[in-house]
Amino acid sequence: MQKGMLIDTTMCIGCLSCEEACREKNNLPEDCDQTDLSECKFTKVFQRGDYYVRKMCMHCIEPACASVCPVGALKKLEEGPVVYDENKCIGCRYCMQACPFQVPTYEWSKALPRVRKCWFCYDRVLAGGMPACAEACPTGATTFGERGALLLEARKRIADTPGQYQAHIFGEHEVGGTSMLFLAAVPFEQIGFKSNLIQKPLPLLTWSVLSKIPDFVLVGGTLLGGVAWIINRRMVLEDERINEAQKRAQEGTDDSSSLKRFLDRFKKN
Amino acid sequence: MNRKWIPKITFWRLVFAAIMVMGLYVTYIRLFKGLGASTALSDKVPWGLWVGFDVLCGVGLAAGGFTITLIVHVFNIKKYKPILPSTVLSAFLGYLLVNAGLILDIGRPYRIWHPLIMWNPHSVMFEVAWCVMMYTTVLSLEFSPIIFERLKWKKPIKIVKTITIPLVIMGFILSTLHQSSLGTVFLIVPGRLHPLWYTPILPLMFFISAIATGFSMVIFESYLSRRAFNKRLELDILASIGRVVLVILAVYFVLKTKDLYNRGALKLLLDGSHESKMFMLEMGFGVVAPLALLSVRRIRESQGGLFVASVMVVMGFVMNRLNVSITGMMRSSGANYFPSWMEIGATMFLVAAGFALFAAAVKYLRVFPEEKPAAEPAETLELLVPQRRTPHNAGMAAPVGE
Ligand code: SF4
Ligand code: SF4
Ligand code: SF4
Repeated sequence: MQKGMLIDTTMCIGCLSCEEACREKNNLPEDCDQTDLSECKFTKVFQRGDYYVRKMCMHCIEPACASVCPVGALKKLEEGPVVYDENKCIGCRYCMQACPFQVPTYEWSKALPRVRKCWFCYDRVLAGGMPACAEACPTGATTFGERGALLLEARKRIADTPGQYQAHIFGEHEVGGTSMLFLAAVPFEQIGFKSNLIQKPLPLLTWSVLSKIPDFVLVGGTLLGGVAWIINRRMVLEDERINEAQKRAQEGTDDSSSLKRFLDRFKKN
Repeated sequence: MNRKWIPKITFWRLVFAAIMVMGLYVTYIRLFKGLGASTALSDKVPWGLWVGFDVLCGVGLAAGGFTITLIVHVFNIKKYKPILPSTVLSAFLGYLLVNAGLILDIGRPYRIWHPLIMWNPHSVMFEVAWCVMMYTTVLSLEFSPIIFERLKWKKPIKIVKTITIPLVIMGFILSTLHQSSLGTVFLIVPGRLHPLWYTPILPLMFFISAIATGFSMVIFESYLSRRAFNKRLELDILASIGRVVLVILAVYFVLKTKDLYNRGALKLLLDGSHESKMFMLEMGFGVVAPLALLSVRRIRESQGGLFVASVMVVMGFVMNRLNVSITGMMRSSGANYFPSWMEIGATMFLVAAGFALFAAAVKYLRVFPEEKPAAEPAETLELLVPQRRTPHNAGMAAPVGE
């Protein structure tokens, strides 16, 4: 079953415990850019108006990053996490370009860089535990569980305290659904969420083109091969006709002036 | 005439040497100090000039190769045979540019072969990687007879000749695939690429503009080779290529306009934003202006007019690719990007190397037909043509093919 996290922005007090826990868990350095997600920040809490909003990898159900990776270095696992295999990555950075949330970051200063992003503490999740950030959260703003159960919980909170929440769970349908689910008291675009995301999975957009390639290769190849064969055949026949005409000319049975014109047309081959 | 050339060549050689030194330095910094030390890229703008120009444009500029080979070998329109070697050569060089650009750009260049054994068929980049590898091979095979000819190796020529048709068909399919795939690459960023450029038919637009550019490159190269080596193509072939470019540009223009209209994006043209200005510049300079030029017969049938129009098409194409990969992504990325001097330097390095290789090939191999020394390159149509001896006004009744 897919795991997920429910992040209730109305409960977040901006204590940054999750940032700190994540840094420790993943041995992140401290000497680089801290203003947004970066090679030393897998999660960051932003103050947006009256609210605190956590940013991290959404662990999309059909992740754009994994679908575009030419070598399959990024993978969506059954349990929910989207993880990265640094031994495969060639560093094309298509994942960074394709991620609708601009999550993956790169080790720009290294000669042999890696892509860096939250990996849903997969080791802990696999062992039956919860991610470091969820464990560290003192208020329950970040909770961990089955995605399905979290959706129910989110709907319950919306229903139980009308007026306190927007009737929208961010991540339920965005880009085909994400493992991270957000609740908010104000419209999501007011606290920095993107509002122009499509509802279907992004990989479908490219797959609808890519999936036609085998057909294109087979049909196109056969068609062009056929055209080449037909045209070539016609050339051969024309050559034969010329030869015949020549023979007849030698036997003196043809009108030589029209033959000459005919030959002139093909002489340049 | 020759006199005048000597000082100029030395000057250009100096420039060339300087660019080479700079390029080697930049390559060193890039490979040993990393992308951060050499580029202006960031987490917000992960692709810059090297992807936008070296890769996207390198592939596109090579598009003359597959179209002309198909026309000559499969459709048997022998009229275009004289331009075959130069198009295949420029396609090959375009691909070298792409490969070199990729080696600089990807974070771990020594893993460039990974897509061979680590597959992800859902990735456009995976498909592009395969196409680039296979098409580079096809192109080197297609070009090899010219080298073998020079070396007087008979046997290899024969072998390559027997597989010409399959090679050409394969080349055509591979090229169609990845010319369009470079557009497909951007299909996955609907919310991020500016709506003036993002369209579901991006693959088709990339394909069409690449073909127009491929043909324009033929004209461009022929003109430059004439200036430098007195080797060039016959004007009536170039003029008929000009006609083809005209038609393709018209199709492109209609498709583009209709697409903007369909998506209700026409109003974005006039909103005065940076994107709209860049779009107007790209379309005006690269599509509308050459369309206008080429539709005038006197311009279309003169070396100078063709040259100017083809340069505009090529530049418009470059602008388009940079707009899609950089300008159009800028607003949604939340950051600014302007290439560092090293990115520009490395690009100049690769382009200069490409020019040098092209020049060397024109000089030492039979890339363009030899001109009669007596025929001073006046704007005349009656120049020596090795393939056929019909005068220019018989151009319509092409002697072979149909
Ligand atoms: S949020 Fe971005 S990086 Fe995370 S899984 Fe989705 S596409 Fe991938
Ligand atoms: S940068 Fe690495 S992980 Fe990202 S798409 Fe490229 S190869 Fe895959
Ligand atoms: S899940 Fe793990 S890696 Fe991701 S933000 Fe939380 S602690 Fe960091």
